[in-house]
Parts: sequence; C-alpha cells; structure tokens
Amino acid sequence: MIRPMLGEAWLAMGANRLRTALTMLGMVIGVGAVVIMLAIGQGAQYAVQQTISTMGSNLFIVLSGFSTSAGVRSGSGGGPTLTVADAEAIAELDGVANVAPTHQGSRQLVYGAQNWNTQVIGTTPAYLDARAWSLTSGGSFGDSDVRSATRVAVIGKTVAENLFGDEDPVGKTLRIQQSPFVVTGVLAAKGQNLDGRDQDDTVIIPLSTAQRKVFGTPFVGSVRMIMVQADSAEGMERVMSNVESLLRQRHRLRDDTPNDFFMRNLSAAAESEAETTRTMSILLGAIASISLIVGGIGIMNIMLVSVTERTREIGIRMAIGARQKDILLQFLLEAVMISFAGCLLGLTLGIAIALGINAITGMVVVISGTAALLAFAVAAGVGIFFGWYPAQKASRLDPIEALRYQ
Amino acid sequence: MAASVIKVAELGKSYQTAAGEFPALRGVDLDITAGEYVAIMGPSGSGKSTFMNLLGCLDTPSAGDYFLAGENVAQMSKDALAQLRNRTIGFVFQGFNLLPRMSLQDNVALPLVYANVDKETRRARARVLLERVGLGQYAESLPNRISGGQQQRVAIARALVNEPRLILADEPTGNLDSHTSEEIMRLFGELNADGITIVLVTHEPDIAAHASRQVRFLDGHIVSDHLTGEQP
Repeated sequence: MIRPMLGEAWLAMGANRLRTALTMLGMVIGVGAVVIMLAIGQGAQYAVQQTISTMGSNLFIVLSGFSTSAGVRSGSGGGPTLTVADAEAIAELDGVANVAPTHQGSRQLVYGAQNWNTQVIGTTPAYLDARAWSLTSGGSFGDSDVRSATRVAVIGKTVAENLFGDEDPVGKTLRIQQSPFVVTGVLAAKGQNLDGRDQDDTVIIPLSTAQRKVFGTPFVGSVRMIMVQADSAEGMERVMSNVESLLRQRHRLRDDTPNDFFMRNLSAAAESEAETTRTMSILLGAIASISLIVGGIGIMNIMLVSVTERTREIGIRMAIGARQKDILLQFLLEAVMISFAGCLLGLTLGIAIALGINAITGMVVVISGTAALLAFAVAAGVGIFFGWYPAQKASRLDPIEALRYQ
Repeated sequence: MAASVIKVAELGKSYQTAAGEFPALRGVDLDITAGEYVAIMGPSGSGKSTFMNLLGCLDTPSAGDYFLAGENVAQMSKDALAQLRNRTIGFVFQGFNLLPRMSLQDNVALPLVYANVDKETRRARARVLLERVGLGQYAESLPNRISGGQQQRVAIARALVNEPRLILADEPTGNLDSHTSEEIMRLFGELNADGITIVLVTHEPDIAAHASRQVRFLDGHIVSDHLTGEQP
C-alpha cells in the first residue's frame, strides 16, 4: 500500500515544482538554522571544555591573608599567614590528591642575547600533577630539588620559543634576576586559559629556590598560595571545608575571628563558564527551531490548498474504493516527503555553512550525529503534525460532493 | 432464474435543506438480476441521480433496504462501503474522471492499488483491459493526450479492472458527440454480452434504447419499468 503511494506522492510533488520548492524552502531554512546554531553552540561548548581540561580538574586555591602596615593593606596573598607546613598538613587530609604550595611573580629572564619577561612559579613537583601538565622534552625537578633549593627550571613552550628559538633548551642555563638556572625540561603546550592568558608563558622552579633567590621572603617557610586538588568533583566541597577548619585550627583562630586566608574554587568558575555556553547553545537552538515551526506552517498551508485543488481527485479515488485511511495516508505521506526532502537539503546546507564559518573565521564548530538525527526526527514530526489536519480534512470529504466539485 | 445483483425495497432518501426536509426518493422497489442491461431515465430532479448514488454505495439511504449481490449495504460503515465499491462496482462517469497526472495504465490500475494487488498483477491487468478497449498502444500516455471518447474507454477499462459484478454508468455519453457515443454504447453492449450487469443513467431516449430494460423516474418514484421495445 505504501509503495505505490510513495510514487503518487512523488508525482504530486512534481506536479507543481515551484510551489513544492518554496514550501520545502521553509524546512530547508529551519533545519539549516538549527544545524548551524547547534554546530556553533556545541563548538563553543567544546572550546570551553578544552580550556577547562588544560587547567586541571577539581582544583581550588588557598591564598594567604593580607598584611597591614601603616594602615595600608596588602591585598590577599600579601600576608605571611600560610606556610609550607600548612600545605603538608593539607596533604594529609582525606580526599586530597595533590597539594602544591606556590609563590609566583613576574620576572625578567635572560638567555644569551635574548631576554623575556614572564611569570615565574615557585612550587613543588605536585603542581604539575595537579594541573595534569606533561613535558615534551627533558624532565621535571623532584622533591629533593625543593629541599635543597637547586637552581633548576622547567619552562613553558612560549618561553622556550622566545628565549631559545630553534635551540633545544634542555641543559642550557638561563638567568632569572641574577641567578643562573639549568633548564631541565620543556612543558607541553596548554594554550590560553579562560581569561585568555597564555598558560605556556611561564617558568616553573622549586619553591625554596624561588623564595630564596628570586622573590625573597621576610618570613621563611611562608607561602602566598597553596593549590589543592581534590580526588573527585563530588569531594570538592567536603575537602574545601576540611581544609578551612584545618587551617583555622592550625592558625589558632577563635570562633569569632575571621579567616586569615582566602579560598577560591577554580573549577567552579570553569563550570559556570561551561554552563554559560551550554545555555547559549540551547538558546540558539531554540531560536532556530522557531523557523522550523514556521516551515511546518508553510507545509500545512500548501497541503490545505492542495486538498482543495484536488477535491475531485479525492472523490474519484473514494468512488473506486479508497478508504478514509488511504486518503489520509496519501496526503500525510506527501507532507512528510516535502518535510523530509527539505530536511535533507537543510542538513546539507547547514553543514556546508557551518564548515564555511569554520574555514573563514576559524571558529570551532561541532557537527554531531545526534544533531543530524534530531533534525530528521523533527522533520518527520513536523510533517506528520502539520500534515495531519489537511490529510484528515481530505479523508473526511463526502465522495458525492467531492465528485461534483469543479 | 438468475440471482438478483441489485434488490432495493422501500428505498427512501431525504435531504435536509433550508426549507425543511426534502424527500428525493420516496420508497423505491427495484430488482435487477445478473446480466441485465438497465437504463434509468427521468428529468433532472426526478431522483435518478440520488438513486444512482445509493446504488453506487456513495451514499446511504434514509429508509428501506438495499441488497447488493445479496448483502444489505444500508447500514454498512464508510470503510466497508469503500471496499464494496472497490470490489463489486465499476463506475463510469460523464466527465470520464481520469486522474490527469497518471499514465492511462496507472489510471486503469488504480482500483487495484486500493485492493492491495501487487505491482506486477496490476500492470498486467491494466494492460489486458487497455487492449480490450483498443487503447493498448497509449498505456504510457497521459489522459490529456487522447480524445474524449478514448478517455471514456479508459474509464471503462478502469471500471472493469477489478472484475465487478456491476457497472454503473452515469450519463457516460453526455460529453461525447453522437458518433463517439455510438462507439461507447457498442462497447457497453459487448460487455453486457459477456455477462456483465450494466445500469446506465441517461436522459437521451436513443441511448436508453441500447439497454434491454428501461426504468423511468419522476418525483422520487418509479413511474415505468419495461423492456425495450415494449410499450409502457
């Protein structure tokens, strides 16, 4: 039954090509818009996801409190309230994967005739683990280097390019301030972080060396920041509150005294960024799907016209034995075919445009099979939904009236 | 005695109009046996078209019974009527009523689509019948490529394709010139000679003269019913 009807639907579509094409155009634009919007939205999500994964997961930082001298407050990280011992104590807590006390600042680097200003991070080897940062060549420094304040450095890709050019930096000696440092390794590229800062523009050295040779500190053993990585996303909150009570206890703070340190959840910031792009892509998709509905209304309109025009044909078909459901099926098939063909064209067009956007602007686009499938399901749905009323109208015609229709 | 193909008893049909109920048929009794060739005549408004619609199962009566090939169709559902039309009745209309976008062969085969017949059989049956009406060479043409008389032949082929018990022809020559009309009537004569029951509606006496029996309607009643050649 369906097979000959498909052929007839095809004939009917071909009978008025311009009209069919215009009706289809509504679906083409609708599906095309949805595909492009989803591709861009998912592309944005993907880009954020990528950035987040370079930062490291389940991270938070503890900053030391401020200091006040002559009424001038230093801002967070300025006071000597956090110590390496605090970091070691945090590492003992349950659910903590990595703890890296760090001290960072901007310094001028010199190698041969080249110099470069970059961010110097003094920390422990756990820092690289917490940030899931691997090396492309050479090796990192170890805990023993931290204990003995060795002058070794691991450099980021940007620093390597700017100071060493084509040379292999491993084993070379660069200077930070006036101190020579031997480069032991080059870090893998991470690209920009969420703020747009180049994460590869950095030098990592042992914490103790940084404090003694580079930044200097009036309080031995104090650190500005401790980076903590929790075992899991679920454990984050528990670990953070445990760290807070541990530090209050260690700092002997009374119940009515505020914290002398600050805590910031890095992953939460990233999550909210991801949430924003997710919302954006849903919004884009929703706006685009409005055009799908408009396309569907176009189909309904044309099908209604078609039923009226073909009233006599319906009468003839009924006279020679078409049942109501045969007529219903015939008109429904026509609507679905227009919708489907429009969807196929829209999908092709949408993918082509999305790829074009990617080629021209370099914007990340993601074309997923799910999106394509969704578009098809929607097209079939739109065809059936908007084709139903005209088809039912056709099937309920009175054969005598229909035969008499001129 | 041959079995009756059509048997109507006290058949009535009324329409609701703005001026109240209008009775188009007022208790009609008629019996048509297999192999008969009946012409239904009468002026417009006599009820003959209403009667044809009822005979063709396109409409249901307001009163009385209608037995088509032994089955009472008065109370059948729409879908059951559609199947009955498909299998038992072949229609021939005044305006030919071929579907313009389909080839003649597909037009002839269309009733078989609704009878769930497979494609090969449909094609073969349509071919045979187009040959039967002398239009085999136009099988792939569209209806607008051939003349009115030829279109009516195709319509007759379509009416025959499902091997019906009965052919209902409503003014089949109304749109044709007299020469072509004669050809069509000759074809009906041949079909009847092959044993097919034919009921023909016409208002032209010389067309009605081809039938073996003439039934005349007036004001919703049968006013005469006689064999051709006999005086009423």
